[in-house]
Amino acid sequence: MNYERITQKLSILADAAKYDVSCSSSGSKRSNPEKKLGDSSGMGICHSYTEDGRCVSLLKILLTNYCIFDCAYCVSRRSNDIQRAAFTVEEVVDLTINFYRRNYIEGLFLSSGIFKNADYTMERLVRIAKTLRLEHGFNGYIHLKTIPGASEELLREAGLYADRLSVNIEIPTDDGLKKLAPEKKRDEMTTPMRQISAGITVSKEERKVLKSTPAFAPAGLSSQMVIGATGESDLDIMQTADQLYRQYQLKRVYYSGYVPISNDQRLPGLGSPVPMLREHRLYQTDWLMRFYGFQMQEILHPDYRNLDLALDPKTGWALQNLHLFPVDVNRADREMLLRVPGIGHKSVDKIVAARRFRALTFDHLQKMGVSMSRARYFLLCQDKNETLRKSTGDSHQLRKMLIRQAHSKYQSALVQQGSLFDQVEETTALYTAATPDLHHLFSDSL
Amino acid sequence: MNTLEYDGSFEGFLTAIFDCYAQKQSDARIRKATAVSATLFGVHIPVQTDTSKSNRVWEALKTKTSQEAARHFYCNFLSELPDFEDHLLEYARYIFASDKDASRDFSHPAVLRTAQVARMVGREKHRMEAFVRFRLSGEVFHATIQPDFNVLPLIGPHFKSRYADQRWFIWDQARQYGLLYDLQDLQIVHETPENTALDTTRPSDYARLWKTYFQSTNISERRNMKLHVQHVPYRYWKYLCEKQPD
Repeated sequence: MNYERITQKLSILADAAKYDVSCSSSGSKRSNPEKKLGDSSGMGICHSYTEDGRCVSLLKILLTNYCIFDCAYCVSRRSNDIQRAAFTVEEVVDLTINFYRRNYIEGLFLSSGIFKNADYTMERLVRIAKTLRLEHGFNGYIHLKTIPGASEELLREAGLYADRLSVNIEIPTDDGLKKLAPEKKRDEMTTPMRQISAGITVSKEERKVLKSTPAFAPAGLSSQMVIGATGESDLDIMQTADQLYRQYQLKRVYYSGYVPISNDQRLPGLGSPVPMLREHRLYQTDWLMRFYGFQMQEILHPDYRNLDLALDPKTGWALQNLHLFPVDVNRADREMLLRVPGIGHKSVDKIVAARRFRALTFDHLQKMGVSMSRARYFLLCQDKNETLRKSTGDSHQLRKMLIRQAHSKYQSALVQQGSLFDQVEETTALYTAATPDLHHLFSDSL
Repeated sequence: MNTLEYDGSFEGFLTAIFDCYAQKQSDARIRKATAVSATLFGVHIPVQTDTSKSNRVWEALKTKTSQEAARHFYCNFLSELPDFEDHLLEYARYIFASDKDASRDFSHPAVLRTAQVARMVGREKHRMEAFVRFRLSGEVFHATIQPDFNVLPLIGPHFKSRYADQRWFIWDQARQYGLLYDLQDLQIVHETPENTALDTTRPSDYARLWKTYFQSTNISERRNMKLHVQHVPYRYWKYLCEKQPD
């Protein structure tokens, strides 16, 4: 191994891959019956966290950052004057195996710039996965990015060796895509999604009949879009996400706040803040849709196109639907309990189990870990609920009160993103610590 | 108040619970013999570890509750938190006194406490599965850890199935014992095997490459040290090669 050369390539090609946010290593079960290398229990493990707080679970690199495309939002675009590098197949295999054996990673996330053409690039990505599986008996996690325009034949092969495949939708709106990536076509993204989704469905059906049928991308299909680069609304973003979940049964959609990388007139300029709080609210909305039984239209609709940055979307929904509250903690069904701000899945499990033994009070809920600073306004317990009675009917008043209580960690982000600040001027007063609902958003593999 | 003194093993602890019932000790505490101070008031009763007694208690717990609850109970034992014996005794008494499975009555303080501690221990187990960093020395992959709780017995199976084709050794620096895998079985050892004597003066090439990767994959525009430290608390940095100074 030429240590100096590998170090140089690794720093260039990891740096170029870092804007792909997915680092999930969960959802695939590979056991290790032949006592070779590795297994995936389905849980996923974050082996480290970068200084930006994101999970490091996989060796996430590009095979190369040479690219024939010129997408404005991408750091590897051909017109960008940067250092270029390319790994060989053997180098990627060697790094993956040796990092894995030292317990640094759960596996490999491999993507690439497009050199020569789509199939030429895709063929090399597939060859790496194949070598790991067949020659090294590697049972760790493999995530392959598919290259737009790659043939169906190669996608089918990729799905046999990879746990997850992803196809990035890049920009949430068609107009935005035309503007920023005129060489990319929407149907070059949706066609592989349809093919992969169909492959997954067929393989699942076949495996029900014959267990030995090889699994096809068992950890599913995912996608990612850049947000805040084209002036799109939250409704635009979530509509696109919702459609992807429905149409192609995606496992995950990732939202990546645009990090300014150029002075291109079509984009937010260098130095503009990364919309991290907005990104956080979008993930919360995504969670509500996937795990909390919400329909997208309940949270965002044409009369309400953007999320309230000052409050989490579940609280935002509750304030618009005060007639459904208070909810009686000792009687309400699971579905309704899940809709109460400040109550998550773990708390609902505890509540439903414990209330069979005795009627629960505010004190019980507090000890179980319910975020009472929010939940108290929406709940009825064994001991009554005076607070809500005073504020019922005036959602404006209640909203102000909840914002005042919200965690100060959002303060600077709100100022930076310049929105709604006029409405939250009271935020400087009295904070009580409230854990944001649905935290760990970026570590779904934990 | 009487004190039942056990030998520190899980079987010993279960035997002590058995003796509490057998001797009708309604107001006793259980302590490790090594942790008992002579100033504790009351009579000190030594417990003779007896697997037939401990098995009866263990089976009764599982029958009354579930596999999951029994595992939580064991995790509480491994927590080594101060007075964990008192909480588990109270928990056991509540479980045995209830007609139905009370292990999910989270409105009861002992049940809630047991669930919460089990979660803390589970989190530490998961952390160790993440933060172990092997270093190849001779033919053995070697790692040192210093977990908050005694999770070595919990993480063995994970590493055994994952690294089935390599020899490895994990040493708990705080508790001075380790787990050795020899391609066949897991073994508990109380001394570092000779052939794993480590040269820790210089990081290996792969450790340096890993650090290069770790730094390159960071997005500095999104720097958030508070979140970083929340996920990787300072006390674990010592054994993470990517967090070592150059």
